[in-house]
Order: sequence, then C-alpha cells, then structure tokens
Amino acid sequence: MQWVNILAQGILLGGLYALYGTGLSLIFGVMRLVNLTHGDLMVVAAYLALVAGQLLGLSPWLSLLLVVPALFVIGVVLQRGLLNATLGKGVLPPLIITFGLSVITQNVLQLGFTADTQGLDAGPIEAASLEVTKGVTLGVLPLITFAAAVLVLTGLQLFLTRTKLGRAFRATSDDPTTAELIGINSRQVYGLAMGLSLAIVAVAGVLLGVRTTFAPSDGPARLIYAFETVIIGGLGSLWGTLAGGIILGVAQTVGAQLNPAWFQLAGHLVTLALLAFRPTGLFARTRDAG
Amino acid sequence: MPKIESPPPVTHPRSRRMSSRGLAVGSVLLLAILVSLPWWGTPDQMRTLVEFIYFLALAQMWNMLAGYGGMVSFGQQAWIGLGGYTLIVLADDLHVNMFLAVVVGGVVAALVALPTAALAFRLRGGYFAVGTWVIAEVFRLLVASSTEWLKGGLGRSLTAAGLIARPLREQYTYWLAIVIGAGAIALVYTLMRSRVGLGLTAIRDSEAAAMSVGVKITRIKLLVFMMAAFGTGVVGGLIYLNALRITPQASFNIQWSAFMAFIVVIGGLGTIEGPIIGAMLFFVLRHYLSSFGPWSLILLGSIAVIMMLVAPDGLWGVLHRRFGFELFAVRRRLPAALAHGQSAVAEGQPVLSDPAVPETKP
Repeated sequence: MQWVNILAQGILLGGLYALYGTGLSLIFGVMRLVNLTHGDLMVVAAYLALVAGQLLGLSPWLSLLLVVPALFVIGVVLQRGLLNATLGKGVLPPLIITFGLSVITQNVLQLGFTADTQGLDAGPIEAASLEVTKGVTLGVLPLITFAAAVLVLTGLQLFLTRTKLGRAFRATSDDPTTAELIGINSRQVYGLAMGLSLAIVAVAGVLLGVRTTFAPSDGPARLIYAFETVIIGGLGSLWGTLAGGIILGVAQTVGAQLNPAWFQLAGHLVTLALLAFRPTGLFARTRDAG
Repeated sequence: MPKIESPPPVTHPRSRRMSSRGLAVGSVLLLAILVSLPWWGTPDQMRTLVEFIYFLALAQMWNMLAGYGGMVSFGQQAWIGLGGYTLIVLADDLHVNMFLAVVVGGVVAALVALPTAALAFRLRGGYFAVGTWVIAEVFRLLVASSTEWLKGGLGRSLTAAGLIARPLREQYTYWLAIVIGAGAIALVYTLMRSRVGLGLTAIRDSEAAAMSVGVKITRIKLLVFMMAAFGTGVVGGLIYLNALRITPQASFNIQWSAFMAFIVVIGGLGTIEGPIIGAMLFFVLRHYLSSFGPWSLILLGSIAVIMMLVAPDGLWGVLHRRFGFELFAVRRRLPAALAHGQSAVAEGQPVLSDPAVPETKP
C-alpha cells in the first residue's frame, strides 16, 4: 500500500510539472523558441503573489487575478520588445537574451527580497488531505493542482481548436509566411503566445509558492523540470505534457523513496533514458526540434 | 586531393589582416614577456594572470563549440567539474604528478563527452542547450552523492599541493596556465584553418546544405564537442590547481557556462579575437564590481542582452567593421572577381580562397 501511495503522490506532482511544461511546449510549438527565463518568471509570479498578499492582503488564490494578467503582459512585452527582433537570426540570439534575462531576474529578486526562502500562506487547505483507502492519502492542494493542470490543458486545447485566434496560432506554427498571406500578423501571434505561456507560468508559480518555499535562485531548477516534462511527453503535444509531468513526478517520488538524495537524479535519469530510447518523446507532434 | 590553383592576389580596401609572420613574431614576443614574468613580476600578478587565462581559455572553447559550431551548450561546467575532480583524485589518491593530472583531466572529459554527445546530439538548438545542462546536473548529483570517496557536498582539498613549496608550485601553475591559454587559441586557430573547420561553419550555417556537399556532419560535430570538452576539462584542472579546494556546487555550476557565453557574446561570436577582448572586459568588470554582489551579474547580463540586440557580432565585430583589421586570419574570403558579380566558378576558380595558402603565391 505504501507504494500505491507513493505512486499517487508522484502522479499528483506530475500535475504541477504539466503546468511547468505547458507554456514551454506552447511557445516551442508556435515559434520554435526556448525561453530560458521560464523558471525564473515562475518564481517572479510567486513573489508577485507574496507582495499582493503583503500589500493588499490577498490570499494566494485571489492574487491570481493580478499575477496572471501581470505575467501575460510581461510575456507580450518580452516577445514583442526583445525576442521578435531576433526572429530568423538563428538559435543563439533568443537563447542568449533569455539566459541573460534569467541571470538578471535572479539577481534583481535577490536585491529586492534577499536570498531567504519565502512561502505563500493559503491557510488550512495546505495541510488538508483525503484518505482514499487505508494508507493512501491524497493532499487537497496536490489535487487542486492536478485539476488546475487538466483544466488549463483542456482550455488550451479548446482555444487552439475552436477559436479563430487558436487557428491563427496553429497556422503560424505550421508556416508563418503562408499565414501572413492570409492576413495573420505573426509577430502579434508570437507576442500573444508568449503572453499565454507566461499566464500559465503564473498559475504554476502561485501553486508552487503555496506548495513549498521558494527563493530567488530557484528558477533554473524549475526550467529543468519544465524541460524534462516536455522532453518526456514529446515536443508540441499538449496531453503528452501531462503524461510527461506524471512520469517525471513518479520518477522523482519513487527515487526519493529509495534514497532522499535521488529526487532530482531519478528525474534526470528517466529523461536521459527516454532521450536514448525514444528521442521524440512519448507523444511527439512537432517534428522539427531545431 | 587535386591541387587547386590559388586565386589572384586580392586587395581588400576594408580588410587588413595580420600576416602569418606578423602573428608569429607578435605571439613569440608576447609569450616571451609572459613566460619571464616569474623573474620580474609578483606572485599576485601571476595569480591574476592565471585567473584571466582560465576565463580566456574557457571562452575560446565555448566559442569553438557555439560560435563556430553552432552548438550552444549550457553544460560546459560538466567538464570543469570532471577536470577538477580528476586532478584531485589522481594527485591525492593515486599520487600522479598534479600538473600531469590536469592534462589527464582533459582526456577524461573528452572520453565522457562521447556518450554525452550520443544523448545531447538528439536535441537541437535551445533543447540542446538545456539538455547539456541537465547532463552536467547529473554529474553534479552523482559526485555529490559520493559521500565517502569524494566527500559529497563538502568537497575535497588538493592535499598533494603541500608536496611542493608554494612559490615553486605557483610558478609551475602559472607556466601551465600560459601553455593552456596559448594552446586553446592555437587549437581554435588550427582547427578553423583546416578543412574540418570549414565543414564546421558550413554545418552551423546550414546542416542540409553542408550534408549536400559531403560534409561529415556527425563526425565533425562530435570531434569539436570532444575537443571543447578536453580544453574545458584541462582548464577545470587548472582552476582547482589554483583554488586547491573543490565542491560539486561550485565546480558543476551553471555560472561557468554563463560566464563563457557572456564573454563570447560581448567580445564577438565566431572570431578568435572576440573571446580575447571579451575576457579582458569581463575580467576588468569582475575586478571592479566584485564588491557589488548581485549588481555585477545584473550588469554583465544586461551588457550581453544589449550586445545581442544591437551588435550581435560583439565588440570585435564592431571594431572589425570600423577598421577592417584582423589578427587571426581564419575567415575564407570571396575572390574579388566573385565579389564583383562575375562568376569565378565558371573560370575554374575555387569559390573560396583558402587562408592556409598564402595569397601572394601564384
């Protein structure tokens, strides 16, 4: 029964990782871009929720009403102000710019909030849990996180398949030049895609802050988990991201159970094993990874 | 290989490159001054130069990989850590001469780079960058989990350093650093004047086009990836021969790759001069800003981002465009006839002149 419980915890943790990975997968799908500030902006979202709580007395849940739009705006500005200028100039410029911003973000956060760890206080719900059967207890918060991931992925899928803007996203993803011919402004689409990606990052960041503590230098580890989720699930596949998150979460919790020091290592090794034996991931849609 | 006739001498109004002889004379002079430093300089100056040289050599290796090869890696710290730990294990546990152990560290890094490439080469572009970083993290976690042998997160000290008197050890370390720094530049220079180097830049610019003209893509990329691992691993050994103490957190730290990337981007990507200028600027900034904590990294990151946006070819690129001067002639240039729109190919001329062939010879 102990292992069933561990498996259940790992699956629920996967929900959080799916939220990490979805934004990364989305922008890669639309514009073949890898945003190396992805993890740092997640930490920024957690700090914004912290400030909203301190200044306005908002609970982490209510702070989402501010943090999600804020990150959306950051995304649009980042893409339209900086990254669109590097389109078509090879892989290096966006990597250096987002990596530079990652280093800048971490250090600005450290100046503003010191290197101490912080946490978001969501009240008694943090410790609440449901006992499914004897020995298998599910935390309410991980369940909410998992539900949020399913909700976000469903919403994103409906957006991409049912709305006009979603079709513009897919058209630009397939062929930006042809998409422009039928009146789609690809730069605008890229801006909105980055905004949407970071809006999801905001949700992930706030949930992360409620779940555990965070510090200015935590971003890179979050980026790596997001990356691993996407690599396991397969590039450009929405539901693959959920599967990738679950596999990563299970690998980490099982690894940690065997030896507490193996939490991260187990996740990395599963990712590398997948890379060795199934380099396109489990549910790849996007062929071109370059 | 059929002998290719060199194109007629080309005069470029805006391109003055240093001749091979000028470069050789200049290098020998500079090396003579540097090598003799222990007799007229202070130990402090030697230590400063050792630090400068390891940033310079790291940047040269990163530039070879990313600037010339298009393989943007954020996992080069893997080789620094491996080089450093190899030094300590060889010198302390197996009693190998520690200066020799530094070189062996590079060999170990190159050997480990082989299976690493097998995984990392399945990824491209941004995912390659993050993938190499994950692999470096795996090494860090593995080393940190060896609590008995490698003392886990506490790290180990180079106790063998006590076998030699300190002034002598610092002198040898300094000379080794000069060999490593000069070696790194010579390696990139030689590579880029060879056919392999030409193939490498062809791959960077377009893999499909390179493949279509018969460039052995995987072989060349693998060779360069392993060479960069070797060079970075040797520098890793040098860093910890200088620092005498290593921990997994410090040695397998992404910050090393960040510094390499920033130096190269600020100085000038895809040139040998760029990393030299970048390393100088970085070194000066680091010296004056070290007391400002987070601000120094904010400034460094901002400079790199701004350079990438306004001058993607770096400081050296700006200088080269302004003055047309080149120290290291590794660029292939179009013959004048082709540059003026006449087809040189039709006249049986090679499209690109080979810088290894002196241009004044008939």
